[in-house]
Amino acid sequence: MIEPIIVKNISVSYHGNQVVRDVSFTFPPASLIGVLGPNGAGKSTLMKAMLGLIRKDSGTVHVGRQPLNEVRKEIAYVPQRSNIDWNFPIIVKDTVLLGTYPKVGVFHRPKKKDKEWAMECLKRVGMEKYANRQIGELSGGQQQRVFLARALAQKADYFFLDEPFVGIDVSSEEVIIDILKSLKAEGKIVFVVHHDLSKVKTYFDELVLMNKDLIDAGPVEQVFQPGKMTKAYQRNFSLLDDLEVTM
Amino acid sequence: MEFLQDLLEFEFLQKAFITSVMVGIICGVIGSFIVLRGMALMGDAISHAVLPGVAISYMLGINFFYGAVFTGVLTALGIGVISQNSRIKNDSSIGIVFSAFFALGIILITKARSATDLTQILFGNVLSVQPTDMWLTLIIGGLVILVVVIFFKELLISSFDETMAAAYGLNTRLIHYSIMFLLTLVTVASLQTVGVILVVSMLITPASTAYLLTNRLSLMVVLAAFFGAFSAVIGLYFSFRYNMPSGPVIALATTSLFLLAFIFSPKQGMLWKLFRPRNKKKNEILV
Repeated sequence: MIEPIIVKNISVSYHGNQVVRDVSFTFPPASLIGVLGPNGAGKSTLMKAMLGLIRKDSGTVHVGRQPLNEVRKEIAYVPQRSNIDWNFPIIVKDTVLLGTYPKVGVFHRPKKKDKEWAMECLKRVGMEKYANRQIGELSGGQQQRVFLARALAQKADYFFLDEPFVGIDVSSEEVIIDILKSLKAEGKIVFVVHHDLSKVKTYFDELVLMNKDLIDAGPVEQVFQPGKMTKAYQRNFSLLDDLEVTM
Repeated sequence: MEFLQDLLEFEFLQKAFITSVMVGIICGVIGSFIVLRGMALMGDAISHAVLPGVAISYMLGINFFYGAVFTGVLTALGIGVISQNSRIKNDSSIGIVFSAFFALGIILITKARSATDLTQILFGNVLSVQPTDMWLTLIIGGLVILVVVIFFKELLISSFDETMAAAYGLNTRLIHYSIMFLLTLVTVASLQTVGVILVVSMLITPASTAYLLTNRLSLMVVLAAFFGAFSAVIGLYFSFRYNMPSGPVIALATTSLFLLAFIFSPKQGMLWKLFRPRNKKKNEILV
């Protein structure tokens, strides 16, 4: 069962500097949340701290009543493309198959049905033609689609994507956002670290706006406001609607 | 073919053969993960750092295995402690720790035994393999292969995408230290065959050769094991026929295989790149 994600008072420091300060928010099932803020605002750091991948100074993350640690197999994470070794000896379909590992479990191997399911996920992102390619032979957008397929293969309830739209082509972007929207429609909770301000309104229904401190979290109409954006980005945003068109 | 006859005839040669083949296999297997995780320097460090353990074992009159594993593990932990608790970068902390251990090892060995023993430990002497050494190597080899087969999935995901592995709940630190432990065992098993100094060539070079030839980790591991074993046998042959130290011959054999792959590899080879200077562009268009 999918439950709300409840973040309470997360702070993170690197070498004594606080990069995330006392961030709290709650999102219910069926949310597609953009984590928004300028460069260096601590967006990726917040996501990693939520997942327990880096040490927090303080704060808790719960999924319903359980600590997030108890539901790890339900968490699909898509890293920034720059964090992956694209020369790794692995082909596309095996990369997607990695998504089945959490539920296949230690001491077991993926079975035929897991492999078929991985192929289905690959088809869903439109990459089945590339199943036998080494991952480094793909374009940025194709790589991102393969990693999304891997997340789908996990049959997770909670998705965390770190900058999935950076440096990718328009059609890949469309494929990815369509799938994220359908995940939301299935009731799942999807967090997306994002820094491009164009299309914020068309992509996301909920936002976390931050610049080290949390500026606001909630529905897009409530958060994506000139005053709050100015506060986050330290520059003037009087014409947010123009921004949609020009950026 | 004379070599084959000798091999059938002399028991010491059979032991040396079995030992070096096993050493080649397990060095290739563990080396594949060392190469992919960018831990080549770590491999070098651990192999040098077993030296004081070997010396202490001699002094205490126990099998060198115990001491070597002890100082190997201590080194892995020491490096981890320094790089996690200070601003010192990982490669520097590796340099600091292993040079200290190695230096200590040389002093202890010269105190404990004669200089010829030091040469053997440093450069290997596969022909002097004793039955206990052979069994030790076989047991370690069996263990390493078993662990890699059972946890292949976990080794793959944590080497490829450690963040995802940690996100879904794998203990990536435990995996890291387990690999360090296996690496220490492999080094200890390799002492007689290649020697402390050149273990790194058996760990890194066959795995790198395999890396140039395949896009699948499972195949890379198998190829690396094959190249490792093949090089070890070549080392044994030259050591036996021409009275050369086995370690350096093995190291040069691994290098020769690497150069062949480097030049002729179907996808990565230098040769084809010369004839397809615009290869890269073609890929981009394809995309």
